[in-house]
Amino acid sequence: MRVSSLVAATIAATFVHAAIAADMPEFSLVIKNHVYQPSELKIPAGTKVKLHITNEDATAEEFESTDFNRESVVLPNRSIVVFIGPLRAGTYGFFGDFHRDTAQGRLIVE
Amino acid sequence: MPAVTLLVFREVLEAALIISIICAATRGVPGRAGRVLGGIGLGVAGALVVALGADFIANLASGAGQDIFNAAVLLLAVLMIGWHVIWMSSHGRELAQHMTSVGSAVKQGSSSLNLLLTVVALAVLREGSEVVLFLFGMSASGISAAEMAGGIALGISGGAALGFALYLGLLRIPISHFFTVTNIMLVLLAAGLASTAAGYLVQSDLLPAMGSQIWDTSRLLSDDSALGKTLGVLIGYKSAPAGIQIAFYLTTLALLTAGMRWQQRRVLRPSRSSSVPGETMPRPQH
Repeated sequence: MRVSSLVAATIAATFVHAAIAADMPEFSLVIKNHVYQPSELKIPAGTKVKLHITNEDATAEEFESTDFNRESVVLPNRSIVVFIGPLRAGTYGFFGDFHRDTAQGRLIVE
Repeated sequence: MPAVTLLVFREVLEAALIISIICAATRGVPGRAGRVLGGIGLGVAGALVVALGADFIANLASGAGQDIFNAAVLLLAVLMIGWHVIWMSSHGRELAQHMTSVGSAVKQGSSSLNLLLTVVALAVLREGSEVVLFLFGMSASGISAAEMAGGIALGISGGAALGFALYLGLLRIPISHFFTVTNIMLVLLAAGLASTAAGYLVQSDLLPAMGSQIWDTSRLLSDDSALGKTLGVLIGYKSAPAGIQIAFYLTTLALLTAGMRWQQRRVLRPSRSSSVPGETMPRPQH
């Protein structure tokens, strides 16, 4: 009885783990009026994540971070996907290269 | 205008540094100025086409099109630079000795030089397409034409001035070492471009990062600073590189160095008897 429940728990845990491994955490950012929404994004440390960035403005933007080394143009009314990490815990800046005065954000890795 | 000036400056700086290294490396080649200008013109035209087709490119390869395109342009430039430096490793000495005359080496190498000048076009195309997309947006946001033109002119002249300064600095290198130095610079440039290409492929998950931050010197020297950007072009500096970027960098260095050695040995062996060192060679002129 105890053994079988242990086996069941192990099998369940394995499935949960496999599910976590298969589903990369996904996050979204929206650019509107040349501002990132949200401007602070929390992602887990030590895990690769999939970031969707949607540009709702009528002009192009370039999602860029020199802290975590990414740059990708997001055309007007389009979405892109950028894979990030795995990163060490910390705070990383990102910005919109085409509107640096307003498009600023922080990636909080914890 | 500051926003226009700064963005144009940043993009032009990268292209200008690459162009100045290539101008130095093709020193003494007749008709070079025309070819460099032609390369820049082609690059600008290409930048417009790429910017207009950006949506098409972005949608290729289920959304990874932009990254694949950037990586392909960079790796093409690496290939062309590689071809040139391997060829130069056996002909650089002849070039230095025949600075003023159109040596047979130059004729033989004109196809290799054309490759190098295509690198000019690729550099301008890559940086230029971003500028064009940015300027499209700026013009839509109601900036005046005068402001825009002023910003573009300032940005271009600033970037070009730094590129020109690098070129003038390189010209001060004694002619006996000149092509050795420009060859080393081309190899480092190629290695840096290869690692940048790897970065694009990591960003769309087409390559494993193999460690996403092997080191992090962004607080000491950010990739975004003028010095960081300059070193990024000159030696491939990256403040927080992925492992695979370092692997691409070192592999490019190793392949080009091996290729140069192999070419030197291959060419020197049969030609030892034909090129008599005692012959009266025209002295290098400064």
